[in-house]
Amino acid sequence: MPGRRSLFVLMALGFGFAFLYLPILAMIIYSFNASRLVTVWDAANSPTLAWYVELFQNAQIMESARLSFRIASLNATGAVILGTLAAFALERYRRFRGRALFGLLTTAPMVLPEVITGLSLLLLFVALQDVVPWLGGRGATTITIAHITFSMAYVIVVIQARLATVDRSLEEAAMDLGARPWKVFFVITLPLIMPAIASGWVLAFILSWDDLVITSFVSGPSSTTLPQLVFSKVRLGVSPDINALATILVLIVTVCVVVAGTYMVRLERRRARDAQAAFDPAS
Amino acid sequence: MSSPAERLADGFRRLRRAGGGQLGRWFVIALPYLWLTIFFLVPFLIVLKIAFANIQLAMPPVEPVMIWTADKVLQLRLHFSNFAFVFGDELYIAAFLNSLKVAGISTLLALLLGYPMAYGIARAPGAWRNILFLLVVLPFFTSFLLRVYAWLGLLGRNGPINDLLLALGLRHEPLQMLQTDYAVYLGMVYSYLPFMVLPLYSAIEKLDLTLLEAAADLGCRPTKAFFTITLPLTQEGIFAGCLLVFIPAVGEYVIPALLGGPDTLMIGRVVWDEFFGNRDWPVASALAIVLLAILSGFVLLLQRVQAREREA
Repeated sequence: MPGRRSLFVLMALGFGFAFLYLPILAMIIYSFNASRLVTVWDAANSPTLAWYVELFQNAQIMESARLSFRIASLNATGAVILGTLAAFALERYRRFRGRALFGLLTTAPMVLPEVITGLSLLLLFVALQDVVPWLGGRGATTITIAHITFSMAYVIVVIQARLATVDRSLEEAAMDLGARPWKVFFVITLPLIMPAIASGWVLAFILSWDDLVITSFVSGPSSTTLPQLVFSKVRLGVSPDINALATILVLIVTVCVVVAGTYMVRLERRRARDAQAAFDPAS
Repeated sequence: MSSPAERLADGFRRLRRAGGGQLGRWFVIALPYLWLTIFFLVPFLIVLKIAFANIQLAMPPVEPVMIWTADKVLQLRLHFSNFAFVFGDELYIAAFLNSLKVAGISTLLALLLGYPMAYGIARAPGAWRNILFLLVVLPFFTSFLLRVYAWLGLLGRNGPINDLLLALGLRHEPLQMLQTDYAVYLGMVYSYLPFMVLPLYSAIEKLDLTLLEAAADLGCRPTKAFFTITLPLTQEGIFAGCLLVFIPAVGEYVIPALLGGPDTLMIGRVVWDEFFGNRDWPVASALAIVLLAILSGFVLLLQRVQAREREA
């Protein structure tokens, strides 16, 4: 019975993963191609690291990469702080005035088209520039605010899911022993949701690092982030140094995700073991 | 019995605890609430306002909607001309319809590819399942822009796909693949496939296998069992996956801009062009409002599906 069907499923899996990964693989291979025509393989001079050298010598790319890195880390930190508070409010305070609107405001940024979010934020910054002068000059500050606003929604999902699994009796025990709510949060809850906070931070960093559309609306002429620079380059067609850049970024992300994944699994196992040991009088 | 002093101290402690809790609670809710109100809710009201404004040659290029006249009367000047303009112009209507069409076809293609993949992952042996799952999630973490860009080289005139077609003798001259609607479908499915696979995976994984065994024992063919048991029981996942692909695809900008041709009309691109190209903020705002109205129905549907999924 399973023969034909599992063959079909296997083929779909093979095709699906080939579809997902072959383009990335091709991009990596072409980054070592000496030819400026990217997809025409220059067998005589390839493989070469010439495009990588060119990439690191390109001051414009390096400058915008630094700017993107700064914005992304600032954004991730802000989004994690606000996102943790919001997740806590949604998960622990079941009833408060305006909760329905709050729920809508925390999920909408995830599903709305970026052109709408970007357009609306720009109109806000324009309206505010007479009232709050330091927002007037659009640049890193306005980009960071915009990124926090939309990446926060993703952070909330991650942290809320984790908060839902935290054993409430631990918090209640601490309360009964006289710990104040703030202390309970920092000593009990925070360590328990730390993995979610870490993955939320990484997620927010990547969302910001990668964003083009919202950034284009709220950025000023003096601030060009890496995606903006890449987009303006690739609109004119394929470009060999962008292949080199893409290869580096893909490798970094892959290493990070694999390391984070293994670390998280190990942390989880150790915690389970500790919990078991705590309840086991023999040990 | 405790002494009055002890009782008093205890009372104070309790009061402080409750008070601290109230204050903390207020702070925890208010901070993100305030942020989202200022940077998400208010901007929408501004878009709505600008959609009713007239264009002017200045910076910002819109006439004020609310004006204090000389005799201290607040005058509200709402112009419906932008909406009349949007609905009266065939180009905008075509852009909306085409966006829905492209998003719909892409969603269907993603479902046809994503369902068997999700099925395969959910039924894979333990260790494999985690690896395959990670492999689906991984592209989501790598740059969206660069993943779309990867297709520029592959689909190009002298890209590997055309090389292959020519070498096999299937074509005598390179096939024009870039700057077509097909390239946009491809880019959409490629970019949003993980969004389709993940909810499908969790729906299929939850499926009670004994139902399928019972059906097989009673002589039901696998194909029939799939259509009468597996498919209906995973329909929540199908809805969730389809909405998660469809909603962002309707307003997509990057994919049609990079892979589509000049005649690939999609609304995200039209809003962008109105704003950056024509600097017509009122019309861009009116378009955004109409797009929002179209999408809000789907967003509410998605919220309902996800709420039901959480309860299950």
